[in-house]
Amino acid sequence: MGFTLLYLSVIVLLPLAGLVIKASDATWPQFVAAAVAPRALAAYRLSFGSALFAAAVNLVAGVLVAWVLVRYRFPFKRVIDGLVDLPFALPTAVAGIALATLYGPKGWIGQVLGVLGIKVAFTATGVTLALIFVGLPFVVRTVQPVLQDLDPELEDAAASLGATPIQTFTRVIAPAIMPAALTGFALAFARAVGEYGSVIFIAGNIPMKSEIAPLLIVIKLEQYDYTGAAVVGVVMLSASFLILLGINLLQRWARIRQGEKS
Amino acid sequence: MKAPSRSIAASPTARFALIASALTFIGIFLLLPLVTVFVEALSGGVSKYMAAIVEPDALAALRLTLLIAVISVPLNMVFGVTASWAISKFDFWGKSLLITMIDLPFSVSPVISGLIYVLLFGAQGLLGPYLAEHDIQIVFAVPGIVLATIFVTFPFVARELIPLMQEQGTESEEAARSLGASGWQMFTRVTLPNIKWGLLYGVLLCNARAMGEFGAVSVVSGHIRGLTTTMPLHVEILYNEYNFVAAFAVASLLAFLALITLLLQSVLEWRDAAMTTAAGASL
Amino acid sequence: MTIELRNVAKRFGSFAAVNGVSLHVERGELVALLGPSGSGKTTLLRIIAGLEYADAGEVLFDGEDAGDRDVARRRVGFVFQHYALFRHMTVFENVAFGLRVMGRAKRPADDVIREKVTALLRLVQLEPMAGRYPSQLSGGQRQRIALARALAIEPRMLLLDEPFGALDAKVRKELRRWLRGLHDEMGFTSLFVTHDQEEALELADRVVVMNQGRIEQVGTPQEVYDRPATPFVYEFLGNVNRIACTIIDGQVDLWGHQFSVETAERGRREGYAYLRPHDIEILTTSGASSRAHVKHISATGPVARVELAIEGVATPIEAELSRQQLDALGLRLGQPVLVQPRNVRIFPVDAAA
Repeated sequence: MGFTLLYLSVIVLLPLAGLVIKASDATWPQFVAAAVAPRALAAYRLSFGSALFAAAVNLVAGVLVAWVLVRYRFPFKRVIDGLVDLPFALPTAVAGIALATLYGPKGWIGQVLGVLGIKVAFTATGVTLALIFVGLPFVVRTVQPVLQDLDPELEDAAASLGATPIQTFTRVIAPAIMPAALTGFALAFARAVGEYGSVIFIAGNIPMKSEIAPLLIVIKLEQYDYTGAAVVGVVMLSASFLILLGINLLQRWARIRQGEKS
Repeated sequence: MKAPSRSIAASPTARFALIASALTFIGIFLLLPLVTVFVEALSGGVSKYMAAIVEPDALAALRLTLLIAVISVPLNMVFGVTASWAISKFDFWGKSLLITMIDLPFSVSPVISGLIYVLLFGAQGLLGPYLAEHDIQIVFAVPGIVLATIFVTFPFVARELIPLMQEQGTESEEAARSLGASGWQMFTRVTLPNIKWGLLYGVLLCNARAMGEFGAVSVVSGHIRGLTTTMPLHVEILYNEYNFVAAFAVASLLAFLALITLLLQSVLEWRDAAMTTAAGASL
Repeated sequence: MTIELRNVAKRFGSFAAVNGVSLHVERGELVALLGPSGSGKTTLLRIIAGLEYADAGEVLFDGEDAGDRDVARRRVGFVFQHYALFRHMTVFENVAFGLRVMGRAKRPADDVIREKVTALLRLVQLEPMAGRYPSQLSGGQRQRIALARALAIEPRMLLLDEPFGALDAKVRKELRRWLRGLHDEMGFTSLFVTHDQEEALELADRVVVMNQGRIEQVGTPQEVYDRPATPFVYEFLGNVNRIACTIIDGQVDLWGHQFSVETAERGRREGYAYLRPHDIEILTTSGASSRAHVKHISATGPVARVELAIEGVATPIEAELSRQQLDALGLRLGQPVLVQPRNVRIFPVDAAA
């Protein structure tokens, strides 16, 4: 018990307190100026905007992948099921250079998109693609067990009452997996907002255009602007806390819904 | 015995379309990046690949990565077991806060995880003057990398064990105590065997992240070649020097580690599923 | 409506779940599909509902082929074994579901839906529960909601899969009677699946006994109980004594009593005689030719069971008689008696396998 708290204090609480103390080196106007400087605002917009978009893509794709993995049988299903966790297991720097190469002007996909006039590398699109990669497992892994537990009889029942497959999905299945899917969405979003390694290589890091908020912190550190880095850090951290709070509420809601079932 | 339901998207066309789009998505977003790593790594031939791996800086990075894993994984294992033990077997004030704190590193940007240590121990940091006075180097040195790695990896073991231990309850431990086992005997003979697979799973994930962490380590390392560059950082340096073959060669080692992690993870899960089915069948 | 099945078959991999079943169900009939698990009864019910497609054979409703109509267009009320209620919907919304998913052209207005659902809830005596969620109901209440939900689409027939399987004995009896009343009142054709012979015999107009994907016998409860067509039906319905015997030129000697077998076969053949416990008469009058004695008497209920050991027969046989008869005979343990079988069916050994 004592060890748990001591460890937690040394590793988490103390450094976090340090961050806040450092940020408070700045006076209030200085803090605000650093927090909402145009370059910082652009970075937040990119980080939060592309994270939100990527999480939305993952919500749809994740439900689809979970559905296919739970309901259908096909060759290499186990391999694919295991592969879903790749973004958790693959170091972000490796993912970063792989994505940058793949979508770069000479990469397999980048070439094809280039012909179509779509530029991915060094744009917000590239950032979003990298964030889709890192967030993919979350929705799949939260929805999968819920789908597994969903009685196929419910679908039979809806069909026998005259519902079309689409009505069965929107009225019966979607409400049942909704809490889990939203939790996965929020987790993917939280991860994407703070993501660094897999993004910086493909992003090109052009200030005001493809520079994410975590990178801005790194740049400020490299310029020995510790206070500025701390300010942006506090803003990001507060956002993370809010998301974490949201996830907890979602999970509580999901548990209540789950509890209703038995 | 029950056939799959025919009601939803069960027509062969719909089924095919759904499977095909899911597989396409996974192919483009997961498989292609993975394949790219190995293809690029070997694009210069095997000799260049080998040369990139046995080059002194690469070997130094490998050694540092292993050292960090060897320090941080056991520490987090001990922490994970004690924290989940405390959470699942006792009730105390602030328990849910503790659980939230354990989850925190998952929702904090890795850059911030590194930043907090720089702000604390860096030259301009809160403890910077004191450390400089005593000639202790933490940031831009190995201790800082270890600290940042511990921070980002410490939830893995605890998160795996808390639900497991909560589910198992305290009955068998109480039984062991009533049969005269000491606290330590109870832990090694009852508690540990019950959680060993979950513990292994958590350690596996913890290790993968410890060896692969980039953002947090990047902030505290200072990128001193051959001294404070871990393998992921070495990959970054090589890539930024346009030495792509070498970058992907080192990256392929990390990707290989990821694949082994995934494989072991799947094996553990299948084992778990098989146990559940067996238990279900015998009911 | 009438239901007609012609040579319906369905395989799951190498397992023949339904193996060439033909059946005709009359309008307004209440029919039970009775059999052990794995006998194909649920699969057959799902094929009729359109939840499963037959590999071969035809399903006709009112003489019309229903094979190309999927479940959503067959208008069958299907009550699932575990009710399959939608947990995130109130009782009211569950019942209203079938009306709400109707095509725009057919969908009733909201107040019509309200009226109709309320009437159905009244019918199943659960009107006050309209605002509750399924998790807040008891098993029997959920069952009735599942039924009301199925009735909302004005089905042309009602199909029930083990409708009372998950309920405790007392609720089961009540609901059984209530369902029979509802069926008579509404007048539609109903089929239900059960593995409980008592339920099938008590509730149904006709019973279809199934085994290994085939129909063993179809008949009224009385017919299948009194005149089982196969050894399987004998053993599945009620208690029965199975006694090994030898058939010689179509004749069997059972403890000095002669029985004939409906067979043209001549010669010697092994067989089994099936004998219901209540078709055995015990006589104490003549002690001379006694070849049996009383081994055990159990007389706790209105019916007394007497175990008889018969000379030359390995397993004891069981007889049932009323308490009055038992008292009148004044049986004692070990007493020698005469055993008189009243009604015996004999099957040659390969048929009994």
